[in-house]
Amino acid sequence: MSANGLLQIALFLGVLIALTKPLGWYMAQIYEGKLPIFVRWIAPAENLFYRLCGVDSKEEMRWSRYALAMLWFALLSMLAVYAMQRLQGMLPLNPQGFGAVSPDSSFNTAVSFLTNTNWQGYGGESTMSYLVQMAALAVQNFLSAAAGMAVLVALIRGFARHTVETIGNFWVDMTRSIIYILLPLTLVLALALVSQGVVQNFSTYQTVPTVETITYDNPKVDADGNPVKDAAGNPVTEKTTTKEQVIALGPVASQEAIKQLGTNGGGFFNANSAHPFENPTPFSNFLAMLAMFLLPAALCYTFGSMVGDTRQGWTILVAMTILFVGFLAVTEYAELKGNPAFIALGVDQNASITQAGGNMEGKETRFGIVNSALFATITTGASCGAVNSMHDSFTPLGGLVPMAQIQLGEVIFGGVGSGLYGMLVYAVIAVFLAGLMIGRTPEYLGKKIEAFDIKMASLVILIPPMIILGGAALAVTLAAGKAGVANPGAHGFSEILYAFSSAVGNNGSAFAGLSANTPFYNTALGFEMFVGRIWLMIPVLALAGSLAAKKRIPASIGSMATHTQMFVWLLIGTVLLVGALNFVPALALGPVIEHLNMISVH
Amino acid sequence: MLKELRPAVMSFLLLTLLTGIAYPLLVTGISQVTMPAKANGSLIMKDGKAVGSSLIGQSFSDPKYFWGRPSATGPMPNNASASSGSNLGPTNPALLDAVKGRVQALRDADPGNAQPVPVDLVTASASGLDPHISPAAAEYQLPRVARVRNLDPDALRKLVAEHTEGRQFGFLGEPRVNVLELDMALDAMR
Repeated sequence: MSANGLLQIALFLGVLIALTKPLGWYMAQIYEGKLPIFVRWIAPAENLFYRLCGVDSKEEMRWSRYALAMLWFALLSMLAVYAMQRLQGMLPLNPQGFGAVSPDSSFNTAVSFLTNTNWQGYGGESTMSYLVQMAALAVQNFLSAAAGMAVLVALIRGFARHTVETIGNFWVDMTRSIIYILLPLTLVLALALVSQGVVQNFSTYQTVPTVETITYDNPKVDADGNPVKDAAGNPVTEKTTTKEQVIALGPVASQEAIKQLGTNGGGFFNANSAHPFENPTPFSNFLAMLAMFLLPAALCYTFGSMVGDTRQGWTILVAMTILFVGFLAVTEYAELKGNPAFIALGVDQNASITQAGGNMEGKETRFGIVNSALFATITTGASCGAVNSMHDSFTPLGGLVPMAQIQLGEVIFGGVGSGLYGMLVYAVIAVFLAGLMIGRTPEYLGKKIEAFDIKMASLVILIPPMIILGGAALAVTLAAGKAGVANPGAHGFSEILYAFSSAVGNNGSAFAGLSANTPFYNTALGFEMFVGRIWLMIPVLALAGSLAAKKRIPASIGSMATHTQMFVWLLIGTVLLVGALNFVPALALGPVIEHLNMISVH
Repeated sequence: MLKELRPAVMSFLLLTLLTGIAYPLLVTGISQVTMPAKANGSLIMKDGKAVGSSLIGQSFSDPKYFWGRPSATGPMPNNASASSGSNLGPTNPALLDAVKGRVQALRDADPGNAQPVPVDLVTASASGLDPHISPAAAEYQLPRVARVRNLDPDALRKLVAEHTEGRQFGFLGEPRVNVLELDMALDAMR
């Protein structure tokens, strides 16, 4: 890799780490109710909000009530987002006159956005009105991120408190996440994005004349709008010419900002962050990447601060960073190397000062290889799922990394809130494994880890692989599952495996060749997204409740320190071991076989 | 069970108003006042009419123009109301056929040019709307455009350089040439 490529990556990590402490400190203050002086002017509005909602902000909740509040909120979100899509044709702010979205797609999209997945079976600019985009979908970007942060804070309180029944108030934690953290950051980011060329308007799509007359094959449709097919079943096309280009617009920047910061990832446009109106410049791309990791990294510091030992937070962050750099190296290497089959065709893939080179299929010129591979590794380490390049067209190893990172549970920085609570569950498993090895009762942060805690942690670790692999296995046995596959051979299996991994991991990126806007995939993936989010949050909250009720044991000479280098490697080992045991066979059938096929061309 | 219903309904409604209505309207208001050209799509205006966007690529196939990145949007290439990549996998025969066809089209338009083709010129962009090509891809096409238009190659090279952006702030992203702006400048030369 070029010196410039290394510089861009180093700069990204440097800025990220520099922002971790100030932002992490600020969030800890907010969640502990000690508002810093520069935001105290918002407090009256916050209190008015609680009065209107009938919330007693001093009232604490047991874990079960906290979970119930979260579930009520998810149910309402589901109904509202579903209804707005179904009623789209009758609602305002719909300059293109889009009609109702189909029932199965509306269900899928509602679940997708409330679970912070933002898997998209539809193309945004050809399906959704401006109102649905901003008042249904973008709202869920805020709410689902805030719910993730709330659950994390509850778990942190489980470690920080002792011998109490309660873990906080869901409404307070969620509201504070939005008004003190997410909204101010998104406002600044949205305006910065507009300054780079991200659009923000409510105009009708702009029609412009093209310089050349464009001739293309237009699929023929009959009077009912169905495609005409010839005797062999292939669609019939007719030569058509056009001298116009219709340019989609919309209130994009406001949605783009929360899409990245909330690790949601649902693009305003079909091409997501590859679209020049979502991500026009290398600097907008840098901001987008920073936004994905910003809160997950800072929350590590928040965690350390709230449990009274910031070293604990840094330890987790170091483990995440090591894993991230390792995976990034593989993606960058594989994508820079390019496609060996192109060499014989007379194509120049060598990186030089005048071209990025490498595997440029499905990548944008302004990002080249370095920033496409970096973005892909970030978006799947986090549970974001925004893409600035098409993962389906990555080389087999380059595509294996995003898939594997999702399958590890998105704990490499991970989603806002969900990444760290996932990693803390891994930490509980790690101290348990270490305890087994030396024959002592495991402890973490002064809390004895007992049978109930391990059961809850095991649910969080074991449910995802079960439903990912089960779902993928079901899809490859059903005609409806196989019908969606776009690429032949092992790559087709990778498309299906990626889809189920992405849904359960609440990532939302795709090997997008898969035609997933069908009743089968909309329903199956909708179900998996729901389980992958809600059914993991409940055991996490149960764990929080159980931990909060425990006595704190003072550290003794026999306690294992969890802020040391050894613990970093123990944690990394646990993540990789659990992931590898679950997914190596499935990955061997997809990207690994394809890689061997690809290099055997020579 | 029902105790949390009122907070759920009320906070959902209020937060929808705050994050789904007030916030996007505020961002729109500020950006329409302070950065209207950018907020409205970086449109290229000619005689008071929009003739393109400097961020959205158009399709070119005439040898007298510089060609942009291949586009996989449907039904026509560079469809700016249905962005999309090809999503062809690296070992898919359809990808190899497409690349082979694009190499052939470039060679047919410029017989005698046996240089290897820069990869970005024969691979579909992620959005299908990429407005840029690499400087290498512009240099590859330069002799062809110069010959068809009877231009001095060095003069043309200067024009290309004027439409080439370096890395942002000197180190971010990749150097690139804006194809639509370059081709419009070519037509304006006559």
